[in-house]
Amino acid sequence: MALDKNGIAKRIAREVKDGYYVNLGIGIPTLVANYIPQGMNVVLQSENGLLGMGPFPFEGEEDPDLINAGKQTITTVPGSAFFDSAMSFGMIRAGKVDLTILGAMEVSETGDIANWKIPGKMVKGMGGAMDLVAAAKNIIVAMQHVNKAGESKLLPQCSLPLTGIRCVKRIVTELAVVDVLPSGGFKLIERAPGISTQEVINATAGRLIVEGEIPEMVIE
Amino acid sequence: MNKVVANAEEAIRDMRDNMTIMVGGFGLCGIPENAISAMVKKGVRGLTCISNNAGVDDFGLGLLLQSKQIKKMIASYVGENAEFERQMLSGELEVDLIPQGTLATRCLASGYGMPAIFTAAGVGTEVAIGKEVRNFNGKDYLMEMAFDAEFALVKAWKGDTHGNLIFHETARNFNPLMAMAGKITVAEVEELVPAGELDPNMIHTPGIYVHRIFKGENYEKRIEQRTVRKRS
Repeated sequence: MALDKNGIAKRIAREVKDGYYVNLGIGIPTLVANYIPQGMNVVLQSENGLLGMGPFPFEGEEDPDLINAGKQTITTVPGSAFFDSAMSFGMIRAGKVDLTILGAMEVSETGDIANWKIPGKMVKGMGGAMDLVAAAKNIIVAMQHVNKAGESKLLPQCSLPLTGIRCVKRIVTELAVVDVLPSGGFKLIERAPGISTQEVINATAGRLIVEGEIPEMVIE
Repeated sequence: MNKVVANAEEAIRDMRDNMTIMVGGFGLCGIPENAISAMVKKGVRGLTCISNNAGVDDFGLGLLLQSKQIKKMIASYVGENAEFERQMLSGELEVDLIPQGTLATRCLASGYGMPAIFTAAGVGTEVAIGKEVRNFNGKDYLMEMAFDAEFALVKAWKGDTHGNLIFHETARNFNPLMAMAGKITVAEVEELVPAGELDPNMIHTPGIYVHRIFKGENYEKRIEQRTVRKRS
């Protein structure tokens, strides 16, 4: 069965390692924080100027001066630090953030990503996405394999305006874990539980490399 | 050294039509509420505003959009404002969307006396159109120019009569950067104290960057996304 959003987040949480500084984008990436194993030391960066983002506040304890990049009220964890937006993107640009997890509308088989604009329809701006994808050593995309019209979002090349080029390393969708090879092409790494290799092939418009038996994802 | 002015109206007394104005804040967090109200009241028009966001329909910079005082908006994300989208799609409002880190660092460059910066953000995208690309150590970077703004309007938590500023939590965001970048920097603060009362170790923005300071009033500090968890 295809994974739901929480399933995708759970699978991505397995990519997070002890000691990592992680930036989580809006949407499914935000859910990843819920599945980081207890006892693992991970510091969440919020690009509006915080290292050490904690959970939402208890009702009545919301602080208007304390929000995340999605403008949601949050808390801090012990050992957190505030800084300005230039330093925030400075640490991103300098490669200090170990892992960036973000959503996408399209990813190409060369690792290009489009996630900020649909010409004539949606023009909200790129926010920090272009800075993040241009700098992060390790970018994982969390998204649906196909869009609402049933069209694949894993393409030979993106049709929407790009956010960044040759930057995505790994994609986790409701159907599969797919890597983008440095030489180009998607490589099928894992299938979602109960999803066949053929189903992943059918849902992928870009070149998908399938080698040998593809294991099922381990979640939880 | 005394930089104190009575209020926002006095602080922006010489703001004119068609000026370029930086406005601090991220979303509605840490925005200079008093200065924005004073701009609405003053009725200055044809403004170019540099701010990460454009407020919401009825608060923050959204107020200046409603009254059609903004000619051009330079921002990174404007998704919270329907009136903004309407004015942009109808062509009434000129919009320059730029990456958030680029926005922040172009402010920083201005305050550091550097004419331009190089960043990889936007390489290979439409942001790169018309910009000089330089290759350093095998990687491409865009040259982005420092901002030039007549006014910077910022909000701090505490300030003193010399203009030294301390920000609070994530309400810091773009404020110290824009404070460095304005030809005239106006700081509004929640608490204004005599010089000497703030610990010099704790100052985020040294007063040399601040030209006018006043104690703001009636902060609404509106929350955009009130997210909470249940007590178990």
